Amino acid sequence: MTTQHDKVDVLIVGSGASGAAAAWSLAETRMRILCLEQGDWMKSDQFPSNGRDWEARRHGDFDILPNRRARAADYPVNDDNSLMKVANFNAVGGGTVMYTAHWPRLHPSDFKVKSLDNVADDWPIDYWTLEKFYEENDRMMGVSGLAGDPGVPPRHPPMPPIPLGKTGSLYGRAMNDLGWHWWPSDTTVATTEYEGRAACINLGHCTPGCAQGAKASTDITYWPLAIRAGVELRPNSRVREIATGPDGMATGAIYYDADGREHFQPAEVVILACNGVGTPRLLLNSVSDKFPNGLANSSGLVGKNLMMHPWPVISGYVQQPLDGGRGPITSIWSKQFYETDPARDFVRGYMLQFNRGTGPASQAILSVGAGQLPWGRDHHKTYRELLDHRVAIGVACDDLPEEHNQVTLDPVLKDSNGIPAPKIDYTISENTRRMMEHGIARAEEILNAAGATRIHCSRTVLNYPGHLLGTARMGTDPARSVVNEWGRSHDVKNLFIVDGSVFVTGGGVNPTSTIQATALYIADQMKQRLANLFD
Amino acid sequence: MSLSETDRRTLAAVAAILIPADSALGMPSAGDPAILADIERSIGRDGAAVAEILTGLGGANEATILDRMAEPDTAARLFGRLVLGAYYRDDRVLAALGHEARAPFPKGYVLDQGDWSLLDPVKQRPIFWRKDA
Ligand SMILES: Cc1cc2nc3c(=O)[nH]c(=O)nc-3n(C[C@H](O)[C@H](O)[C@H](O)COP(=O)(O)OP(=O)(O)OC[C@H]3O[C@@H](n4cnc5c(N)ncnc54)[C@H](O)[C@@H]3O)c2cc1C
Repeated sequence: MTTQHDKVDVLIVGSGASGAAAAWSLAETRMRILCLEQGDWMKSDQFPSNGRDWEARRHGDFDILPNRRARAADYPVNDDNSLMKVANFNAVGGGTVMYTAHWPRLHPSDFKVKSLDNVADDWPIDYWTLEKFYEENDRMMGVSGLAGDPGVPPRHPPMPPIPLGKTGSLYGRAMNDLGWHWWPSDTTVATTEYEGRAACINLGHCTPGCAQGAKASTDITYWPLAIRAGVELRPNSRVREIATGPDGMATGAIYYDADGREHFQPAEVVILACNGVGTPRLLLNSVSDKFPNGLANSSGLVGKNLMMHPWPVISGYVQQPLDGGRGPITSIWSKQFYETDPARDFVRGYMLQFNRGTGPASQAILSVGAGQLPWGRDHHKTYRELLDHRVAIGVACDDLPEEHNQVTLDPVLKDSNGIPAPKIDYTISENTRRMMEHGIARAEEILNAAGATRIHCSRTVLNYPGHLLGTARMGTDPARSVVNEWGRSHDVKNLFIVDGSVFVTGGGVNPTSTIQATALYIADQMKQRLANLFD
Repeated sequence: MSLSETDRRTLAAVAAILIPADSALGMPSAGDPAILADIERSIGRDGAAVAEILTGLGGANEATILDRMAEPDTAARLFGRLVLGAYYRDDRVLAALGHEARAPFPKGYVLDQGDWSLLDPVKQRPIFWRKDA
């Protein structure tokens, strides 16, 4: 038996980075807004840094990979055919509960790669369209950073940056010796009290939830405000499919509650915010006579052009002790190699993200994995040269869209509700491979300049940054895109997408500030067009 | 998951070879009873990997154990992670390394500001992000 609910004006699926921003923005319309989220609210006293097993839990119930974590809210992902694995988090707040809070924006050039570099496609919107939404989002999430970076367009972080510490200072010195750009990273870790959030007390790595509440996740930033403004958030509600009527319009969503009972939630407007894997999965699972290839898929591009940011990490060890794992992992970024340089053998570029060290157990696990820490008699001697001496640089490579990189439905694998799971096929392009090698070589130069030895980089085990982009791209041509330039499906006029699926190109930075700025922009467009939203 | 007596003996022998004691440094062996108990309590979702390693290494000598754990397969990786995770949160181990034996929250840590004057030359650089028009 299916439980029928009262109709809402706006139904949002997914409460993560983008769903929360859209809900908050639309709340001022006083429409009846409901968000369905498959996960539950997180409690900060259950985050790993509350306990002595904080490092081990990163390989258990707080692993970044849903297949390993396997919480009740997680769905399995078949990513066997991809070097890049899918990292995510499924809860109120989505991936912002489980992210590192590094907060760069795309550059203006990222929106114009066809015009500037003759690759891929331009976005139908540009940086300057998003600029005011970036600023609004920075205030809402609470960003720490330093204005005046010559490597990026002007921005105004409301809080001072995270301390450089010993590790950041070491990097800064090395970068100055090489004459290369660096700047303290923008981050959504609060360095002062901010809108009811406590300031960072350097618990260590921020990724698996912040017990202090200093890291901005949308369950503690946007959601309390959206709920106070009248939005309803229904957790533990996993959407199976978006239903449509004979006129081809979306009528609502069929979902399961925590006990596996089926519900139907009718709605005037449906907004998808399930991320670059969850959204195409849901669209491909929403099959009907009218939409036999999945919803909003007349272009055949739903699930195609997946971008995941290949991200090699180059590590080394210096003689002097550094910050280790005491403090946020983020420290500085470099945009020295971000923009296209015709002298190189690839187009586009990458950001370098400089990390602090790790805690004691993670240090041992990483070094054994890298073949740098032996088992047996020499274990202790070597370990003492590693712990608190680690430096590591990530190369965040721009990822251009390619149709063969895709999310489809796995013919066998299903989640706990019997809903077909996503399957990922993804290969790293030649352009990106060359970019990776360039970045690895530059990172090695930096680590050498910093006096590091034992330099190591794996080409097979990369960092999995949880950046899931491009699978329902935005564009003006319905044959070449899934949503239009303001986020509305070309095929279904009351269906919108606000998450990272709409990215046309990936850029070479962490995407969440852009995902949220885009969600705020789309919500703003909807508000401006309320009278003729479906025309 | 709790281990059979045989597996428990193998675990003790294997762990002690992987991380032997070093009295000069004040480091216990991973075969120490408290650490072994922590490893066993932490097996959780790694039961299959633990079973594979312990079954294969029952009665093995040091060289065989070290060779097996040097293999780049999932069982060796997960088993090694379990041993290291328990070992490097033991109070005695952390104290010997000069780390406080406590959870990060609620006390946190102090992070130096570092040397912000290093940024002065970067501030002098002209803007270099690429214009889009
Ligand atoms: C380990 C890690 C580190 C990261 N670090 C950074 C970083 O430093 N900086 C950065 O910018 N980004 C980072 N990211 C990426 C960031 O988390 C994502 O870009 C961002 O959360 C994506 O936002 P979204 O709105 O597209 O989707 P999400 O935030 O993933 O939200 C999607 C939500 O939809 C829900 N959902 C999905 N399917 C359904 C369904 N069928 N029914 C109901 N609910 C559903 C999910 O449970 C989830 O809560 C990181 C990610 C990970 C995993």
